[in-house]
Amino acid sequence: MSGPNTSYDPVEVAALDPAAIDAAVEQALAAAAAASTLEELKAARGAHQGDKSPLALANREIGALPPSAKAEAGKRVGGARGRVGQAFAARQAELEAERDERILVEERLDMTVVPPRRPLGARHPISLTIERIEEIFTGLGWEIAEGPEVEAEWFNFDSLNFGPDHPARAMQDTFFLQPADAGLVMRTHTSPVQSRAMLERQLPLFIACPGKVFRTDDLDATHTPVFHQIEGLAVAEGLTMANLKGTLDRFAAELFGPGVTTRLRPSFFPFTEPSAEMDFKCPICLGQDSGCRVCGGTGWIEWGGCGMVNRNVLAAAGIDPDRYTGFAFGMGIERAVMLRHGVADMFDIVEGDVRFSQQFGMEI
Amino acid sequence: MRAPVSWLRELVGAEAVPESMTGEQVAAALVKVGLEEEGIHGGEITGPLVVGRVLELTPEPQKNGKTINWCQVDVGEHGQRVTEGTPQGIVCGAHNFAVGDLVVCVLPGGVLPGPFPISARKTYGHVSNGMICSAKELGLGEDHDGIIVLSEWFADQPEVLASLEPGQDAIALLGLAEEVVEVNVTPDRGYAFSMRGIARDLALSLGVDFTDPIDAPRAAAPAANDSGYEVRLEDDAPINGVEGCDRYVARVIRGIDVTAQSPSWLKARVTQMGMRPISLAVDVTNYVMLLTGQPLHAFDLDKLSGSIVVRRARAGEKLTTLDDIERTLDPEDLLITDAGERPLVIAGVMGGETCEIDEGSTNVLIEAAHFDPISVARSARRHRLPSEAAKRFERGVDPEITAAAAQLAVELLVQLGGGTVDAGATDVGAPVPLDAFTMAADLPSRLVGLEFSTDEVTTALRRIGCEVAADGETLRVTPPSWRPDLRTGPDLVEEVARSRGYDAIPSVLPQAPGGQGLTAGQRARRLVAATLAQQGLTEVLSYPFTSAARHDALQYAADDARRRAVTVANPLSDEAPILRTSVLDTLADVARRNVGRGMGDVAVYELGLVYEPTESGAKAPIPTLGQRPADEVLDQINAAVPAQPRHAAGILAGASRTAGPWGPAEPVGAADAVAVVLAVARALGETLTVTQTEHAPFHPGRCAELALADGTVVAHAGELHPKAVDALELPARTAAFEIDLDALTAGAGEVTQARKLSTMPVARTDVALVVAEDVPAATVEAALRQGAGEQLEAVELFDIYRGDQVGEGRKSLAYRLTFRPVDTTLTTAEVSATRDRAVAEAAKATGAEQRM
Ligand SMILES: [Zn+2]
Repeated sequence: MSGPNTSYDPVEVAALDPAAIDAAVEQALAAAAAASTLEELKAARGAHQGDKSPLALANREIGALPPSAKAEAGKRVGGARGRVGQAFAARQAELEAERDERILVEERLDMTVVPPRRPLGARHPISLTIERIEEIFTGLGWEIAEGPEVEAEWFNFDSLNFGPDHPARAMQDTFFLQPADAGLVMRTHTSPVQSRAMLERQLPLFIACPGKVFRTDDLDATHTPVFHQIEGLAVAEGLTMANLKGTLDRFAAELFGPGVTTRLRPSFFPFTEPSAEMDFKCPICLGQDSGCRVCGGTGWIEWGGCGMVNRNVLAAAGIDPDRYTGFAFGMGIERAVMLRHGVADMFDIVEGDVRFSQQFGMEI
Repeated sequence: MRAPVSWLRELVGAEAVPESMTGEQVAAALVKVGLEEEGIHGGEITGPLVVGRVLELTPEPQKNGKTINWCQVDVGEHGQRVTEGTPQGIVCGAHNFAVGDLVVCVLPGGVLPGPFPISARKTYGHVSNGMICSAKELGLGEDHDGIIVLSEWFADQPEVLASLEPGQDAIALLGLAEEVVEVNVTPDRGYAFSMRGIARDLALSLGVDFTDPIDAPRAAAPAANDSGYEVRLEDDAPINGVEGCDRYVARVIRGIDVTAQSPSWLKARVTQMGMRPISLAVDVTNYVMLLTGQPLHAFDLDKLSGSIVVRRARAGEKLTTLDDIERTLDPEDLLITDAGERPLVIAGVMGGETCEIDEGSTNVLIEAAHFDPISVARSARRHRLPSEAAKRFERGVDPEITAAAAQLAVELLVQLGGGTVDAGATDVGAPVPLDAFTMAADLPSRLVGLEFSTDEVTTALRRIGCEVAADGETLRVTPPSWRPDLRTGPDLVEEVARSRGYDAIPSVLPQAPGGQGLTAGQRARRLVAATLAQQGLTEVLSYPFTSAARHDALQYAADDARRRAVTVANPLSDEAPILRTSVLDTLADVARRNVGRGMGDVAVYELGLVYEPTESGAKAPIPTLGQRPADEVLDQINAAVPAQPRHAAGILAGASRTAGPWGPAEPVGAADAVAVVLAVARALGETLTVTQTEHAPFHPGRCAELALADGTVVAHAGELHPKAVDALELPARTAAFEIDLDALTAGAGEVTQARKLSTMPVARTDVALVVAEDVPAATVEAALRQGAGEQLEAVELFDIYRGDQVGEGRKSLAYRLTFRPVDTTLTTAEVSATRDRAVAEAAKATGAEQRM
């Protein structure tokens, strides 16, 4: 029930007067079209469709007509009411669409104003690179081994065939711990993890050992006394230098990109024989640019040392060197990060300026 | 080790090494057979560097008391006005020359070693168009006294002298254009510390026959006899049973003029090798060492008292070495002594002044000896004297060239300084020849992964000087005397592999048996690192070196266990001699550095080891090389290694959200640090209990201890102590945490068992509890949980009220309790009853009163 409409003076419409009905319809259609807001439309609808509207009244009169006239009158009034109802519904839809449109415009925000709520942190590229390398090796079916950073001299040197008089044991490279005869050092390479793994694990053995190492170097643009290495060790029956080369080639391609292979150059390390230095193909020029500043035009970049595990090293871990052979390799992580990400200054890696790590996000 | 291309040409032959062969090509040939190129020198001087004749010389006294010479020098076609050949005006400060002398001039545009580019410059009132050069300026010697006068320089080469003319290129004339290849000598290849060794490798690489430069003096050397100078080898304490000196050759020259100038070729050679020409005796002994690898020593025979005795030092004995340092000798030092008494030389390392050659010497004794590499290495290291001689002895000197090297030195000295050689030739001792050993002929193929025929193996080994006898599938190999590094099959495999070239090795990826991926602990650690970054902290690295002063700054009590630290014997800095016992020790510096660089709102973290000295302080034994130590010994080694738990620490300062259009800044608080640790634990599936505690370096009223369900404390978090903040120069109210990751992740890998989820409707009820201010909310919550029992699903603290209504020193904690039994619906009465039990438990445990 709608309430009385005081603003409207109802016009009596005779149900049987077609002209009057047409006029009422015309008025209703005009009122619907004239409504410019949903509120106005609601008022007009009350006037022209409500209980007191001329058409409602006409409808009510039909009941009083003689049966012979009822049908025609009913048809005429019903048609009129239908047209009016459609017109109001259509106008209603139009006005609602306009309103929705307007709200969306009104609700516009400046999306360039971003409150720094819960800013995300970042990982250090050295950690991320280590994780990436770990994934390369676990993908090959290798495992990841770790060892202590303060290490027994025996593990750091002797187990790796560095004799008591080896120059690497001299004070100038190695951090020794007090007292002088403690038999402890800050490990100078990740290689002692090799010996620990060979003593603790079953053969065949395929492990990669990332970690922090220490040398008494001064910090400069390319050196740091605390740096990171990744060590690889495989011991099984029948392993060859070709297997070493195959592993290095795959590693280089995974880390630096397709087409990056490695080459071996003869060298010497106490814990491998034969030994080699390894280089990887310059990922910037792939050896195609004699003016390349990254590789100095040589096409190759020094990577680290490698070789076939020395018989004495196998023996120190209780492995039969006549039955098993192994290969090992080790390289610096900092160097890979500097090259891969164009880091020019070691200070950026070691100083802990958050702006450095934040360039890398959480995956590299 | 340097190797001048011209010297290699001399030794290998001009056919194999023609004039057109560059240093780069020589280096490439050496690399091919396994030597490592370190660099190529030469061409450091660029011209014009020319011969000049002094035409006029006007001394001009200066106000500063010095006199300079204003010279006009004929430099031929390089003259000042080239078309007219006008002489060059040059100011020179030296006085050892006169009008008419031929000198060496560097002209504008030239570059001297340094590099020092030369240009015309105004000085002493003249425009000096270049410089008249001294030997030192050209890198040809130490002579300070004056410039090079060519008539003196080439005094021994009259034919060169006669051909000199102004304007002639002096770079070629003085041998300054010489290209010199430098190779890096690995510790196993002592032979490459000689031109003899490098030339042999070059011949091998170029495929030409090699004539050993030692052959001629070896043939010329007299047989040892008894009439030589008396030498006794009296090592009564050999190291590892190896005689300190197993061969000593002594030769005597009488009537030599030791003041005779070294000829220009000798000076040039010595200079090219990176040494300085000093005197005839020194230059000759250096030259022979550089050529043959055999270090020599020259004594003034007249200062010796009749015999030389090689023996170990006596305790307390002293020797002042040539570098003018008095050294207290160690009983392990091997000495060359005069008649067994006065120490003359630390054998193979460095001599003393006592019996050295001086300008008055006329009779000279030349020593060539073979010393135990270990003995020399230890002495060199003990006295920090890495001399040229020690470098060679340490890596092994060929014991079969001792007499020949002495012969070569004697021949050169007599040729250049005159005198006569004694017929007596001392040669005592008997070096042990290198052992022959066997290798399976197929070992190279098996180890390299490339087929080598027995023929190829044999040929490769013979070319490097080995004797090889084939016995079926086994080769019996005797290494040459200059290769003491060849001792096992794999040593020979390397030689065989080098001979074909490492580039020939194929690339074959081995098939690993397949592992288990990362361990649970490794995965947990990655998750912690990632979660901390997700929580807004940035990962950094710091060096683990710190100091006791840092422990003071962190407000550690005198008896705090973390003050016990591992001490580095040779720290980088005396300011940081110990290893960290918490990551915060060193992370604080990183935080301060960031704040100092303008990042006031800093949140950093680091994962790393801390180092805890063993209780016992037991030493780690160092068992012998090449064999597996017994289990007990390994246990002792491991027991001596400090525990090194992995920690994660973080520091948060400033604001976690800066002020802006979105609202005011949110300063970091003590609670943020706790929240970060809880987030890390939640990521690992752990729920930690938080209790209030006091723990350095935290604010005594703002420190939380976080523990696992079993009570194991795994972290502390909160606001840093204001005194610590001050001492560490961090922003006020800096918060921090330190997590023992090993403890926190000890349960990593345990399989979580799922609880059944109840789908019954929840019932909620609120309670407000008034407690004393010092009662921690966590205690109240724990009591509520205990009192309510299993039906309690959640407790949520939604308000804290302090004020008149609860009274001074008290607070009201408003909790919302959510109940949801597993399989029934609770009635209102049941909810009330359970709530009352919870409140009663809280009252009992904390004195809480329910506020109605
Ligand atoms: Zn390149």
